[in-house]
Amino acid sequence: MTNQTNQFNLLIVGTGGQGQITLLQVLAEAALAENLDFRSSELHGLSQRGGSVEVHIRFGREIHSPMVSPGKVDLILGLEAQEGLSALNFAGPDTKLLINQYVIPFQGGLTEEDVFNRLKKASPDVFLTSANEICRKELTTDVVAGIYLISLAAFKKLIPLKPASIQAALKKIIPEKFLELNLKAFNLARQAEPESKNRLV
Amino acid sequence: MAVEKILSNKTGGKAILLGNEAIIRGALEAGVDFVSTYPGTPASEIGNIFFGLSRKGNFQGYFEFSTNEKIALEAGMGASFSGLKTLVAMKNFGANVALDAFLPFVYTGSKGPTVIIVADDPSCHSSAQSEENSRGLASLAHLPILEPSDPQECKDFVKLAFQISAQFEIPVMVRTTTRVAHQRAIVKLDKFVSRQLPVAGKFVKNPKKFVTLPPRVLEMKKELLEKIKKIQEFAERSPINRIGNGKSENREVGIITSGVSYLYVKEALKELGLDLPLLKLGFFYPLPKKKIENFIKKLKKVLIIEELEPYLEKELLALAKQSNCRLAVIGKKLIPEIGELNPEIIVSAVAELSGKKYKKPAVVGYRLPARRLPRLCPGCPYWLVFEAVKKAIDPEKTVFGGDIGCYMLFGTPAMGFQDYLSCMGSSIGIAHGIKKATGRRKAGAAEQKLIAFIGDSTFFHSGIPALINTVFNKSNPLIIILDNQTTAMTGHQPHPGAPVEPNGIKMENIVRACGVKHLKIIDQVNQKEFIDTVKEFSAKPEVSVIIARRPCIQIKK
Repeated sequence: MTNQTNQFNLLIVGTGGQGQITLLQVLAEAALAENLDFRSSELHGLSQRGGSVEVHIRFGREIHSPMVSPGKVDLILGLEAQEGLSALNFAGPDTKLLINQYVIPFQGGLTEEDVFNRLKKASPDVFLTSANEICRKELTTDVVAGIYLISLAAFKKLIPLKPASIQAALKKIIPEKFLELNLKAFNLARQAEPESKNRLV
Repeated sequence: MAVEKILSNKTGGKAILLGNEAIIRGALEAGVDFVSTYPGTPASEIGNIFFGLSRKGNFQGYFEFSTNEKIALEAGMGASFSGLKTLVAMKNFGANVALDAFLPFVYTGSKGPTVIIVADDPSCHSSAQSEENSRGLASLAHLPILEPSDPQECKDFVKLAFQISAQFEIPVMVRTTTRVAHQRAIVKLDKFVSRQLPVAGKFVKNPKKFVTLPPRVLEMKKELLEKIKKIQEFAERSPINRIGNGKSENREVGIITSGVSYLYVKEALKELGLDLPLLKLGFFYPLPKKKIENFIKKLKKVLIIEELEPYLEKELLALAKQSNCRLAVIGKKLIPEIGELNPEIIVSAVAELSGKKYKKPAVVGYRLPARRLPRLCPGCPYWLVFEAVKKAIDPEKTVFGGDIGCYMLFGTPAMGFQDYLSCMGSSIGIAHGIKKATGRRKAGAAEQKLIAFIGDSTFFHSGIPALINTVFNKSNPLIIILDNQTTAMTGHQPHPGAPVEPNGIKMENIVRACGVKHLKIIDQVNQKEFIDTVKEFSAKPEVSVIIARRPCIQIKK
């Protein structure tokens, strides 16, 4: 949250079906619990069929627009790396990026190596983590990679929400039968230690 | 989860709701009795959630997914005529389908208060066919229209719309756009109206009110115009049309806006450190003309910030001529007419108009070499239809008709099976015209084959009359009905032929009853049979139909 504005602008990008709406709902509940104003914008329908999906989230003091503006994003969370790269169209010089080392290929897209090289060059504040791989290894499934990522962002203070608020929000939003798995992903993020500048875990 | 929030009894509590969820909450707080809809983005969640509430016994009123939007509106009219509080929801193109019912309904007026939600999609995020601005309905139908900016207003305006409808006996439309319907924000929860449910409707005969036969229909028009005049007076006093006088020294430049653009304007003024005179319109029709005239009286310039076509701008030009003829009315000169607006566009426009310096923030920027396009899901049964058709005929020599649904993606460059795409049901209607037009060929010239694709829900929605026409007026397209047993693209709503209802209607019976002689129902997993049938049917001199029946992979899971 920039002190100047008391607002935090977050862009979550990925492809249709990566669970953006659930992440958005969790963050919304967490922000509400911290007594912050909140607005977001999302897309449904045709755009969800495997295409690029960007979710705009803003919280803090007195939020008007539900959409973030290019150059004024505090954090870009890339659930998929190529989408993270293309979200640089929203990044300003102070924007931080938390990018999942996970590539869903498409015709005409870039190779994995190419994507990460370009990302590292693009901004000094790029944090990479292999959320899908970590979740698969530790929890045998990567469906909670997104939850791992937002939890990680909270623990690493890339998102100015208390991890406890995220945890409480999970309990409110996630259906009973998936809750345990999601809380495990949350706890996994708690244990994550930074390795190097560009690599978070 | 959304359901719990929508049903929460914590009066005065706060919840973060999606615009569409807030519409539902508003309707429930108002005590809605009857809800009908046909799904369409960005209005779909309204039906989905009511369907769920209804099934679980959390909504005591009546809910239905109707066959199409016209039928939904007509069902709503019947409920309203019987005295029930009624909500009908649809996307913009649905309002076109329902238009035939809209106009007479405004003439007869409502009996039970009636609110109609119409959702537009500037930038066509989830809409093929056109970038429609449904505000046009106002001038065509004299239909009162309110435009909320955010979820709080979605809830408040729906309740107000019920109130206006009750007071003036007229259906009221609430127009949303994608960035309102799919915006989440904090909403203050109010009480549900307390009433004995379910309320039983009663149709009381009153031909004078419900029969639009001439010469009575012209009297009705007169009564309608008088009602609109009264609603205009109501709008003049309504707090949803509100003026901020502005604290900036510059009082010569004002802004008029509505809908989600209002939020962008607030953002822009904050960004520029300006507090200009600002008129926020909650009513689009009828406009509070006196209030507007008062607002523009002392201004030198007024900036009209509205998405898509300049409806407000034109109204302002007319009003300014009477009350401030030297006023510069500026709209589409600075604000694009194509595509949705965003804060960035408005900051630049306001800065330019008010002579304030504004430097666009620096952007890192990146151009991916290619764009990721939406595509059919892995495991989608439509892939198998595509594969079979590709093997059965020469795609170069075949015209492919597209229709509205997931199979629109047959038109992506990688697939290329779509030579025309228009509106719901039109793959068949246009196919007939093409076959008739190209059928009058010189002796010996090869026939142009045509395969029209249409989904199951789309077939029920508006494919059936087109099929009857094809049979009756004798042309011979091959129609492939992609029966995945659900309305997949808008979020898996049931339709009359979907197995959700135990006594669903069998579409093959309808196809046969229309007089189609060549009909086969094939599970496309049987590729050989499918390929052979496409070959055989596409050579027939009469219309032929293949029902490709295999459930959507998303509901099979």
